[in-house]
Order: sequence, then structure tokens, then C-alpha cells
Amino acid sequence: MARDIKNDDSSLHPREDQPEDQPTNLSRRNLLKSAGLFGAAAVSSAAGTQVLAADSSSPVPRTIAIIAREALEVLTAEEAQTLEAICDCLIPSDGNGPGAKEARAVHYIDRSLASHNSGARHNYMVGLSAINDFARKTRKKPFYQLIRDQQNSILTAVQANKVDGFAPSASGFFNMVRSHTIDGTFSDPYYGGNQNFVGWDMIRYPGIRLSASETDVRQGASLEPNHQSAYDNQTYTKMISNMNGQMEGGDHA
Amino acid sequence: MPKSLPKTDVVIIGMGAAGGVAVLPLTNAGLKVVGLEAGGWLSPRDFAPDELRNGSRNWPQSVQKAATEAPTVRATPNDQAVQGGHPMMNAVGGTTVHYWAQSWRLNPWDFKVVSATRERYGIDRIPEDSTVEDWPFGYQELEPYYDKVEYSVGISGQAGNVRGAINRAGNIFEGERQREYPMQPLRNSPFTDMMSEAARKLDCNPFQGPAAITTELYDGRPPCQYHGFCNKGGCHVQAKGSTAVTTIPKAVDSGNLDVVTFARVTNIVTDNAGKVTGVDYIKGNQTYFQPADVVLLSSYAYENVRLMLLSKSRAFPNGLSNNAGQVGQHYLSHHQGAPVMALFDRDLHNWYGLPAQGVAIDEWADDNFDHSGLNFIGGAHLLVYTDRKPMRAAKMSTFGETANWGSDWKAFIMKNADRSNTSYIQKTTLPYADNYLDLDPVVKDPLGFPVTRITARYRDNEKRIARFSQDKMEQWYLEAGAIKVTKFGVGNAMGASTHAYGGTRMGNNSQTNVVNQFGFCHEVPNLGILGGSVMGTSGSRNPTLTVQALSWRTAEYLANNWRSVVA
Repeated sequence: MARDIKNDDSSLHPREDQPEDQPTNLSRRNLLKSAGLFGAAAVSSAAGTQVLAADSSSPVPRTIAIIAREALEVLTAEEAQTLEAICDCLIPSDGNGPGAKEARAVHYIDRSLASHNSGARHNYMVGLSAINDFARKTRKKPFYQLIRDQQNSILTAVQANKVDGFAPSASGFFNMVRSHTIDGTFSDPYYGGNQNFVGWDMIRYPGIRLSASETDVRQGASLEPNHQSAYDNQTYTKMISNMNGQMEGGDHA
Repeated sequence: MPKSLPKTDVVIIGMGAAGGVAVLPLTNAGLKVVGLEAGGWLSPRDFAPDELRNGSRNWPQSVQKAATEAPTVRATPNDQAVQGGHPMMNAVGGTTVHYWAQSWRLNPWDFKVVSATRERYGIDRIPEDSTVEDWPFGYQELEPYYDKVEYSVGISGQAGNVRGAINRAGNIFEGERQREYPMQPLRNSPFTDMMSEAARKLDCNPFQGPAAITTELYDGRPPCQYHGFCNKGGCHVQAKGSTAVTTIPKAVDSGNLDVVTFARVTNIVTDNAGKVTGVDYIKGNQTYFQPADVVLLSSYAYENVRLMLLSKSRAFPNGLSNNAGQVGQHYLSHHQGAPVMALFDRDLHNWYGLPAQGVAIDEWADDNFDHSGLNFIGGAHLLVYTDRKPMRAAKMSTFGETANWGSDWKAFIMKNADRSNTSYIQKTTLPYADNYLDLDPVVKDPLGFPVTRITARYRDNEKRIARFSQDKMEQWYLEAGAIKVTKFGVGNAMGASTHAYGGTRMGNNSQTNVVNQFGFCHEVPNLGILGGSVMGTSGSRNPTLTVQALSWRTAEYLANNWRSVVA
């Protein structure tokens, strides 16, 4: 991926070795969440102006600033809003905890459509439009404005291939979106989803370790989650070449 | 016109599992070798523990030569062939960079399917449409080469039969070996302990299979760290014995191997006498001709056959070494699908596992059991293993308990993400008439060359083994306490596979085989072929170690018989 989002990610996922960042970001994030401002679709909602307002004042906590200047890279605002509603039906935020919305699966999908899922761009464009057409025809409102039960019944019909207007098919679209929503909820946070490791915590995955001992394995899900991205290990990042230069310089000094 | 390069002794096409091993005996013998590789070098820094990159984004395979020339597939000559993905990658080390690293020797029966079946059950038990032949030699002939590869690449495992002494901690059905493995097997785990105990209750002999993965410091490489990203991932500590970190660096250090990366071979050049004189390849914008006394073709089964069929000449108007019409024949994809899947009522502790860390039973493989009352020959090797990652876990089957989305589904995966397991069942697969590789008449790569077309399907023998072995696997899971078990379909078309065999089969009969017992073409004495394409039977386990043992043997034969091969 061409763009460097390493800094974005580390600010959104406070690391254990950066305790001073943690309280500010976490409390701000909770604030945003409770105000319904967290997530890609929130930026395009009416409440988005508050984010912009916050961004124009100073000093601005980095988390807010970053979300405020996140572009939708591929999806239109309405497509993103529709997709956000679909993702929330697929992996809901419910009594069992956060879901695809908190993981920011839509942010992941939007960015993936500019890179490794670029071949699916047309399918999304056509499919999201077909879902809204169907919602307007049957319920007089776009999909994202319907109540959850109505949304679920439409998605059930899409999964059963009973709605027209998709490429290549309604059920194919459903399966693709489901798969991408899971990718965005459970993949490495580097790619823009699985924010705050909500996906990994959901299924009790204890996290990325470069080495796992027999004791670690026997502990299983009771092993303390370490909440790290693969790219918190600098050996896998662009930064290592600079680091090597410094280390070599130090050796020679 | 191609730019002509200085002549070398041997040019090898492909620096993967096969070519990457052959370079060692050749360079040790003092021969000058040019190794042409379509990919580049990768390093441990490229192997981040990243499930999305390794799996869904197919990094770095998605931009490679192989991806642009994936075979088309159809079950029968009456079907339309459809292009899918390519299962292999281009890199120095080839697919050993990220393979599962299971490193089996074949069972002795796999070398003599025809004669052993005739002897035990009668010749009519060979499926009548099968073109299977005995190998030109038996297991004993290959044993020393298995040994050389096990110690050069570094295989961990538990021997079951050292010079006739049976050890029940290993595979009691394996052929006799001259010594132990160089390293202890990968460690056990709560899951493998549970499955081993269940196997013993069923009177089976469970054991940890062999792997090209270090379990101690070996040849300067540290032991496996069990971080859980081995499946489709390169190793971050070089514990996985890719040829890129084992045999190839040693050959490079000898000063006798020159590896040329991003070289795309387009033609093997033949003179009017029918001998090969070198190869044409493209690197960047330039076409080169690399002259050589001997050409070794080791670019994987689909590309081996493709390049032979594309390399037409006056001496070989139907493709190189194809005047007997055998190039592309006797093709088979290993039947390794049709798994069984189980759900347990407790966590399996598999988040930090790997495909090579598992428990196998061999009671139902090959001819290890009496087939008198059965309607098939051969069998299946049953393996369960520890490998679980978050995305894949979240996409698990719901075993019919919930829909596959919504709040109920979410509750299901929260509870069960580490509670299901899918077996790996590899089966004896035979070659048949009408199962073959040729050039697709329509689909071409970006250079305009036709891709390989697979026309092949499994027959009754494979499907019967599949059903039989699924029942055995179901019993094993249930004995271990599985609360739900699901069986997958037994398949029909042979798709593009990581276990592809035949197409340039090895045998003494030049009318039914492309290469002789040493791996050199019957019709072209200075062209050798390495890889699964020379194997006439699959056995019921992963092919790589056998491919590597055969490659070592062909290379050693060449070094020891240089004058007669190049004469």
C-alpha cells in the first residue's frame, strides 16, 4: 500500500509502552463513540460538523484530527453509509460487545477497494445501489434509514438471491460483503479495521507474538492479549533501513 | 535477436524445491551452474505475521509470472476449460518459501503399485482405465537420497523404522531408513495430545510427522518459534527449510552457482541432431540465449509441460521430447480435499500452531491394510494439525447451529473460534487415460504464449478412498469428543494443485514415459527434468521430499556420468 498510515495506526492503538497517550485517546474515543461519531460513516453524517469544528480548534487530540481528515477513498458517502448499516447487521454491536462498526470494517473495505480488492469496485457500486433501490421500493426509505428488523429482512432476501440488480448475483454480493466485513473486523489493524483489537478480543485471540512458548499455548484464551499489530515490530516496516543506518553509524563511532 | 551469453555447464530452469536442491550436488562436483528464476530473493523481513497479506492479498504471489499463466481447468474433453489461480509462487526457493514443509518419504508400496497389487489381490484390481506403471526402481534405490536431503535441508521427525527396528513413537509403516532424523519432531500440544490419546483408543498408532522445520539450532538456523503464521507464510527466523536458506546459499558460496532472478524462460533451444543447446529467457526488455551442455527443467509440473510443448523445433515438431506423444500424459492432481471437520465443546489451543505440527495415523494409507473385501486399492493418510488464525476462524462453519451472520452468529464464533478443526486427508491418486495436460487453444499469457490446460477428473478409486477415509476420520474425531462432524464432498475435476504429478513421467518404456530412470529424456539425452512431473504415482502424503530426493539423484547421476550425458 502506497500511503504511510503507520503513524495513524499507532495513535489509534495506544501501545503498552506509551502509557501517556492512552488516557487521552481512550477517553476521547469513548466520547466519540457515545456521540455516534466514531467510524467512517460518521464523518459523512450530520454530526460530522462537530468533528470538523473540533479539528479547527487547537490543540486537537490526534485521534480526532486523523478521522476528520480521512477521505473516503473509493466509496461515495451514501455507499459508505449503506455499507456501514450492512456491516452492523452482519457483525452487530450488541449486548455481547462491539462489532464491525467499532472495528471500522467500512474504513477497511473502502481502502481495500483501492488496493487488493480493487476488482470488486464495480460489484460494490452496483450492489449497494440495488439494496437501496429495493429498500426504497419496498419501504420508501434508503436501507440505512430503516430499523434493524427491516434491514435484516432485506439482507436475508439478498442472501437468498431474491433481489434483482446485482453483479454477478445478490447472493454472491452478500457472500463477498460478509467475507470483507470479517476481513475488516479480524485482520491486522494495519489495514484500517479491527480498531482497538475489538475483533481479536471478540474471539479471544490473544494476539500476535513472534514466539509462543508451550506455556503460552497451554494457557490458550486465558493468555493476556498483547494488542499488537504485526507492524509494531519494526523489522517488518519501512523504518528498518533507517534504523540499520543509525546502528551501523553507532558501531563505527 | 537474443543476446548470447557465455556458455555454462548446466542451466537450471527454476530455483524452487527441485532445482534448488539439485544445485548442491552439481556445484559440489565442480560443475558451473546458472540458475534461472522467475522471481526474486525474499528475506525474513518480508515475512510479517499478517494473515491478510499471506492469505487474502496473496502477497507477493499476486504480481508474479505464475499468476499470469495459471492453468485452465476442465473435468473432461467435452467441458469448457476455465482459468483459476496458480497455487505456486516464483521466488528463489519457490514455494518452499511458504510451504507447509511436511517432508515425507513415500511408502515402499507407492513405487510398485502394479506388481504389488497383482501379487496380493490379482491384476484385475488395478482400475482398468488407469495408466499406472511401477516406478523403474524401488524405495531402496531412493533411500540414500532421501537421507541426503533430510540432512542437507534439515528435517525434524521421529523415525519409525531404523534398519528394521520398529519404534512406535514414529510411523511403524514407513520404509526402512538407515538412521534417525537429524532433529527431534515438532513439539506436541494440548490438541495433539487429545487426538493421540483418541487414536490409541482406536488401536491406531499416532505419530508426529516429519517437517523441514528446525526444532533446535541446525546449520546456523534457530528452532521454530510456533508463532502461528507458518501456513502460507515465510519463516521470520528461517526455521522453515526453504531451499533459499538451505541448499541454494551453500551452492552460491561454492562460487559455482550464478542465480539469475526475474528471468522468464520462453524456449528450450534444440539443434538439428535433437540435443538441447541452451535456453532463451527474457529479463527486463532484453532476450538472452544461455548456452549450456545440459539443461535441467525444474519449473513445476504445469510449466515443465508447457515449456516442452512450446519448445518446438525441426527435430521435435510436436514439442520437445514429444515424438512419442507422452508429454502431458499420466497427469494427476493429488486427492487431498474432501476433509472432515469437527466441532468440540472446549477450546483446542491452536492459535499458535502450524500445519506441520500435528498427529498422523497411517493405518489406512497405501497398502497398510487388507483390501480383500474393499472396492479400491491404495488408501489415505489422516492428519490433524494445529493451525488457527483469526480471519479464518471467524469464517468457520456454523455446523448448522446458526445463520452465518447477525447476533446469534456472533455469539457462536465468540464461543467456538478455537473449537473446530479440519483434517487433512491425502489419498492414493492414480493416472488415467483422458487425464492430461496440453496447451489451451484460447487462453494466453501476456507474452502471447498459451497457458497449460488441465483436463482431468478423479475416478471411482479416489472417490471410494475418500468416502472410506472420511468414515475413519469421523470415528477419530468422535473418539476425541467431537460434538459435531461434517464431511465435505469427494470432488470431481482435478483442479490446479500444489501436488501436481506426471506430464513428463519417469519409466524405462520410452513409448509410455518421457524421462528414463535417471530423469533424462528418452528422446533428448542432455535434457533432465526435475519435479513432481516425473512421478507416476502420488502416494498418500506430501510430495516435496520425494521430489527433492529424485532431484538430488538426477544431479548426482549427471555429475558422475558427465561425459556420457553430454556426448
